[in-house]
Amino acid sequence: MPAVALIAITLVSKEKSNLIRQIANTGIFLSLLLSGYVFVNYNHVQGGFQFVEQIPWVIPFGISYHLGIDGINSVLVLLLGISSFAATLVSKNIKDRVKEYYILLLLIVLGTYGAFLSVDIFFFYFFHEIAAVPTFLMMSLWGSGRKDYGAMKLMLYLTAGASIALVGLIALYCHVGLNSFNLIEIQQYLATNPLPVHVQYWIFPLIVLGFGITLTLWPFYTWAPVGYATAPTAVSMLHAGVLKKLGAYAILRFAILLMPQAAAVWMPVVAILAILNILYCGLIALVQRDIKYLLGYSSCSHMGYVLLGLACINVIGLNGVVALMFAHGILASLGFALIGFVSDQTQTRNLDELGGIAKRMPFIATCFSMMALASAGVPGFANFVGEIMVLIGSWDAYRWQTVLAVLGIVLGAVYMLKTIRLGFQGPMNAKWAKLSDAQTITEKLPFVLLLAALIAVGCWPSFILRNIDSGIKPLSQQIQKSLNQP
Amino acid sequence: MVSSQLAWTALFSPLGACIIITLFFLRSKLLSSLTAIGGILISFVCCLLMFIQIYNVHPPLEFQHSISWIRFDGLTIDLGVLVNPLAIMMLLIVTGVGSAIFIYSRGYMKDDPSMPRFFAYLSLFAFSMIGIVLSNNFIQLFMFWELVGLSSYLLIGFWYEKPSAADAGVKAFIVNRVADFGFLCGILFLWSLSGATGLRSFNFTDLASTISTIDPNMLNIAGLLIFCGVVGKSAQVPLHVWLADAMEGPTPVSALIHAATMVAAGIYLLARTFFLFEPLTGALTVIAYVGAGTALIAATLAVVENDIKRILAYSTLSQLGLMVMAVGLSGPMQGMFHLTTHAFFKALLFLGAGSVIYALHHEQNIWKMQGLLKQMPITGWTFVLGTLALCGIFPLSGFFSKDEILALAFEHNGLLYVVASLTSLLTSFYMGRLLWVAFWGQPNAHDKHPAHESPAVMTLPLIFLAILTVTGGFLGIPHFLYPEHEHIKLNIRVAMISSIVAVLGLAISYALYGKRPKQDPLTTKLGFFYTVLKNKYYFDEIYGWYVNTVQQNFAKMMAWMEEIFIVRFGVHGLTGIAKTSGDTLRRLQTGIVQFYALTFVLGTIVIFFFMVNKL
Repeated sequence: MPAVALIAITLVSKEKSNLIRQIANTGIFLSLLLSGYVFVNYNHVQGGFQFVEQIPWVIPFGISYHLGIDGINSVLVLLLGISSFAATLVSKNIKDRVKEYYILLLLIVLGTYGAFLSVDIFFFYFFHEIAAVPTFLMMSLWGSGRKDYGAMKLMLYLTAGASIALVGLIALYCHVGLNSFNLIEIQQYLATNPLPVHVQYWIFPLIVLGFGITLTLWPFYTWAPVGYATAPTAVSMLHAGVLKKLGAYAILRFAILLMPQAAAVWMPVVAILAILNILYCGLIALVQRDIKYLLGYSSCSHMGYVLLGLACINVIGLNGVVALMFAHGILASLGFALIGFVSDQTQTRNLDELGGIAKRMPFIATCFSMMALASAGVPGFANFVGEIMVLIGSWDAYRWQTVLAVLGIVLGAVYMLKTIRLGFQGPMNAKWAKLSDAQTITEKLPFVLLLAALIAVGCWPSFILRNIDSGIKPLSQQIQKSLNQP
Repeated sequence: MVSSQLAWTALFSPLGACIIITLFFLRSKLLSSLTAIGGILISFVCCLLMFIQIYNVHPPLEFQHSISWIRFDGLTIDLGVLVNPLAIMMLLIVTGVGSAIFIYSRGYMKDDPSMPRFFAYLSLFAFSMIGIVLSNNFIQLFMFWELVGLSSYLLIGFWYEKPSAADAGVKAFIVNRVADFGFLCGILFLWSLSGATGLRSFNFTDLASTISTIDPNMLNIAGLLIFCGVVGKSAQVPLHVWLADAMEGPTPVSALIHAATMVAAGIYLLARTFFLFEPLTGALTVIAYVGAGTALIAATLAVVENDIKRILAYSTLSQLGLMVMAVGLSGPMQGMFHLTTHAFFKALLFLGAGSVIYALHHEQNIWKMQGLLKQMPITGWTFVLGTLALCGIFPLSGFFSKDEILALAFEHNGLLYVVASLTSLLTSFYMGRLLWVAFWGQPNAHDKHPAHESPAVMTLPLIFLAILTVTGGFLGIPHFLYPEHEHIKLNIRVAMISSIVAVLGLAISYALYGKRPKQDPLTTKLGFFYTVLKNKYYFDEIYGWYVNTVQQNFAKMMAWMEEIFIVRFGVHGLTGIAKTSGDTLRRLQTGIVQFYALTFVLGTIVIFFFMVNKL
């Protein structure tokens, strides 16, 4: 399992910065290969959890170190593999406290891998915290701008969210009364003996709200733009790209799946909040001048589609959600990586100061334009696939919300094209005459890798969809069955 | 080769060219242009082969081939091709006119250092456009629809350092996005309606068979929403504002995308999915009036324009309006026929204009041109042919196709017939104006750099298109498209009137401009109306006011509310509490990063144990 390899690297790495860098790169690369291997070899015809590894840990409470791969998380693990590799590669400009930096970075990656892979609810939460804590530290140590404010805000929000979710999860554990944290067991048990409806009604919102904060549910998203803007590039990439998705993953796995009756009642509310996410954050993105803030708001706006897809609780929508999580993860990593590159060179991220830099950095400008177009939902990129599936899925359940969500795509095009226009096109500002483009292969590799993933999935979505569907299909059948029960 | 393989080859060879150029030939002008031209020529040959296979087969051959793209319970999205005479005709236009324009671009762009990028974009466009033509379902069509929008954006803003070009690209993309908002809603709506009796589908043939089971009122709404997409792509009023600005792009782009093919995609969509609109009298009436309105409004705008490319752009708008009107009057055949001939002569006119602009070192103002016919005979005379065809002079192709539309209007709706005739009058007037001012008469003797004829790589495509312009009316295009269709015999009365109207327009313009005045006499003659026209009926101002004042301020207000309510009250309140507690905890800060991490992890575990034990 990739997690094990990472721990070893974290402990080994010492002394020389170059060595550490290489070890970190290799380690992350190995886990990318491993996640690729797991993804490709996942048997989507058979379905269910595969590659299972279980070590009992605290037996009285039924906690065990229990990892496994099903159709859904195989895709997310691949996402993490790609993003984390790219994030490590763009970290080469860090000169300060290199060792600590890489240890923390690897800790985030390790935690996220663990969380995605855990079949045990306790360990999911545990790994989720492991991933979350180092982000605060990295923000305050290597961040920029109002970094203390940003880090503090992010920490407060996420800790609050996590504690709410924790209450929900423990309540769930107690009410199920199986004395087990094993998701598979709980799932099977609840399929035949669903929780009493009145219990579901109050546990469900706790979990959705708790993890919804991680997912920037409206109006609990304000930590995200400022947090991403002040965090170092790699952290923004990982957080916006992957960690955020843990929220959606948890809502899908623990809330919707385990408490479908409550989902049917609460999800219309989520659908409305989702539209607020899409349109409100989209409008705010429209007036941002700092590209990193703009990407932050845009990311909140995209999460609206994820929420909308979760809200429709059907096969098409949920498949769309996972596809969109993958797509947006790659997109967000790419966006923050690119703006990180630009601001390293120019020392600014302000649209009014940039301008015409496409002339000096054609490669970066091309990548940025492709990222922006993908974000605006142009077909051929993975995001279009996810969005169109969510929209198709939600059309029946939430007609007007869907129409408004389509309107959000127009907004997305407006602010993204505006960014390209002001930042990269037009006459060049004379002070940028000395900028240099990404030159070497290692400089270009992260961008190329991320773009390739976006385009590959955009052109041939079955590549990930067949895995996703093998995970979603049995779940949604189960949900439908329990919803049809009196 | 099987036809479906031909269709797939035709689709993917330009994409292949685009990829090869991007990966390998970004530095070589020669190789990149040859790759792109090779790609489009392969497509053209494939289309010709398909044409030969399908030609004269009765009943008209139609075949489909799909591969599944997204497929699971309840949702099937295929990538497929649906080939029928209509698609073949459109393909021949796209690849045939496209090939001519690709070759022409080799000459037109030869001094531009970014030529490889240009050809990569152009190939991408060809791929997307062929994709629209071949698509057999709405989702795939929508994807390619967006992709042509994308390539149009890239090509309009090709000279991105020029602010006006970059702005025009953004404008085109966003206006189209607004239209596609309606289009996508329409597609989704139609999809949900299609499941009335069986499985829902996006596929055209499936939809055609289930259309009768759908509630016509709902279908009217869906049809109008889908028509929104047409309004954007084919630049109908009120979303016509992007097309004139799109002339900022290189001239071959204007010829290919913004005259011959992409903007015609809307009409093609209406014709291809006419099974959907056929029973919808309500929607069709709206479509007809939108088309007629566009035709007239755009024609009046062309009258006062001084930029040669913009005159042609408004003329394109106006002709597209006529085509849309024809479809609205239940005449997809007439619309498609005019689309075909228009593609020939409008591409010819644009390439001619490009040749002039090239010779005059990027001068586009017609008042700075004079006597070009003498200086550039090939360009000049082919331009004259194109102009006459556009005016609808017998026996050029434009005469036949326009006459079909006028006859259709004459039979169905008197008002629209009058509007269409008025449009024709204006058309021949402004084209005459352009001709007399820029081409007629003597060249300016004092000019230090007299214009010269363009190289053969540019004039040969002109001649090719001129031949099509002349013969287009005799090729039996309507019969090929709709063999089962009863053709209206040439309506002599309509034909006579339209010819008189055309000649009249040319005559009036000669009376005003034949002597080549130094400046436009219309400025004084039209008075107040001239100002209104010059400002394009203030459409841009109104939209600009909406975007810059209403929307921007609304967004600013949102951002401000966010600052005040959500951040200040919500968050800072919390932070206050946190700060107080943070100060007390400060003593614990040791500065060792690992210590923090360790403490936190241990802490969570401890807390967790306590909570579990208590419960």
